[in-house]
Amino acid sequence: MNLELTQVSRWYGNVVAVNDVTMTIRPGVTGLLGPNGAGKSTLLHMMAGFLAPSSGTVTLDGTTIWRNHQIYRSIGLVPEREAVYGFLTGWQFVLSSAQLHRLPDAEDAARKALATVEMESAKDRRIETYSKGMRQRVKVAAALVHDPQVLLLDEPFNGMDPRQRLHLMDLVRAMGTAGKTILFSSHILEEVERVAQHIEVLVAGRHAASGDFREIRRRMTDRPHLFRVRSSDDRRLASALIADASSGSVSLTAAGLEVQAVDFRRFTWLLPRVARDAGVRVWQVSPADEDLESVFSYLINRSS
Amino acid sequence: MNGVIAGISYRALLGRRRIWLLVMLPAVLVALAGLLRYFGGPSERIAVALMETFAIGTMLPLLGLIAGTGVIGPEIDDGTIVHLLSKPIARPVIAQTKFAVAASMLAVFAAVPTLVAAYLLIGFESGVALGFTVGALAGGIAYAAVFMLLGVLTRHAVTVGIVYALIWEGVVGGFVPGAQKYSIQYWARSIADQLSSSAFLSTEVTVGFAVPALVVVTVGAVVWAGQRLRSFSLTGDE
Repeated sequence: MNLELTQVSRWYGNVVAVNDVTMTIRPGVTGLLGPNGAGKSTLLHMMAGFLAPSSGTVTLDGTTIWRNHQIYRSIGLVPEREAVYGFLTGWQFVLSSAQLHRLPDAEDAARKALATVEMESAKDRRIETYSKGMRQRVKVAAALVHDPQVLLLDEPFNGMDPRQRLHLMDLVRAMGTAGKTILFSSHILEEVERVAQHIEVLVAGRHAASGDFREIRRRMTDRPHLFRVRSSDDRRLASALIADASSGSVSLTAAGLEVQAVDFRRFTWLLPRVARDAGVRVWQVSPADEDLESVFSYLINRSS
Repeated sequence: MNGVIAGISYRALLGRRRIWLLVMLPAVLVALAGLLRYFGGPSERIAVALMETFAIGTMLPLLGLIAGTGVIGPEIDDGTIVHLLSKPIARPVIAQTKFAVAASMLAVFAAVPTLVAAYLLIGFESGVALGFTVGALAGGIAYAAVFMLLGVLTRHAVTVGIVYALIWEGVVGGFVPGAQKYSIQYWARSIADQLSSSAFLSTEVTVGFAVPALVVVTVGAVVWAGQRLRSFSLTGDE
């Protein structure tokens, strides 16, 4: 099934949370990547029927999602907020989900869903006794219980320990391979890279990039990088570096050199060799703009 | 009506400390009736006064507030309502179920104790017990619907509900007879008056106005809540 967003915007008063986004989420795993506050949750809520777009349309195979409870036959939602009915046991919670879907064999479906997330052993404990990762897993089980064609997960890996995280990643990947349409949001590039074949990048409410993760990764890597370098002889190293085309500019500061590398790979290969040949000892090399914000803003500037 | 939703709602309402609030007021009413009976002997005047001021005037709106807002407000506040709303169930059905749960709570915790207390005081004399029981039941159902609607409309449902019950019904209704016409409490009293032959009970609002008003307000509130749930929006932290 295809989730289609056409020129979707959402604003709250004067604040624009999502700005003119057009995208199609197809079968397979799609990662919705963006820094905190980029509008990922807003976008996801609109896809899940929990927010009306201020303008534009959000449809599932041509059917409008907003104010249409029938779409939940095809959609499973794992919301970000942790709150679940703490007084229910994991089993009761997932079973209630199956019953609310009016599944013919609710108990069997609940059992399978709990097995899928490996929560059988804790299923008879009250949810309020669960750890954050366990809560996340029963929420996933409750969302999967009716075997939906579309699964939406809002920051699903938050709060999970590494083992649980890998397990959920495997699960998501397997469901994507099985032809389900899966979208999950994350602000962590590595997370998205491990699970998603396709990435949609959202920055400041705008659709910044879209495509295969390798392609986006390459674009992120190939941007000009700014490095700070400290060495035994900054001036000599500077003259050696600027002689090569991989350095766009080199400036000499009190804190060391600031080098703008235009060809990331060549620069990282070149720096130790140049230093060795010039007889300079390198004390420290640190990226000055490695934070996600600057990576994303680079993508935005490139795309516009 | 949806059995699964009703089950979860009952557990949420009765499992928390709220149960003690629901039990405390009726317990006080029955205890008061017992004491009055023991020390003062049966008196129709006292029975009517206790029913009017405490059972209908104090207990009913407070229990309505606790059950009506409690049946949905906390779930909206903490986001657990999404579990129910992300299912292929018409949202009006969810509202109707929540209303039925709240109304049944008021039948058990308000109408039944009203019957017990009135019976303790004067038995079934002059139809006082029957009148106030039916009045409490009808008023309780309307309170359940209105306060549930408040719980859906605003995060400050309890505050708004207290202002309505105490200021409008209590103070304004007490001083301005015209305001009694727009007060669930006085509609409940009107029904009690109609069913009882007691000379100590009289109301300004006619039963011909009160009954249609109760029906319109109850149905209107449940329908409105259902429509409002259809457009339920999640606003993220962003």
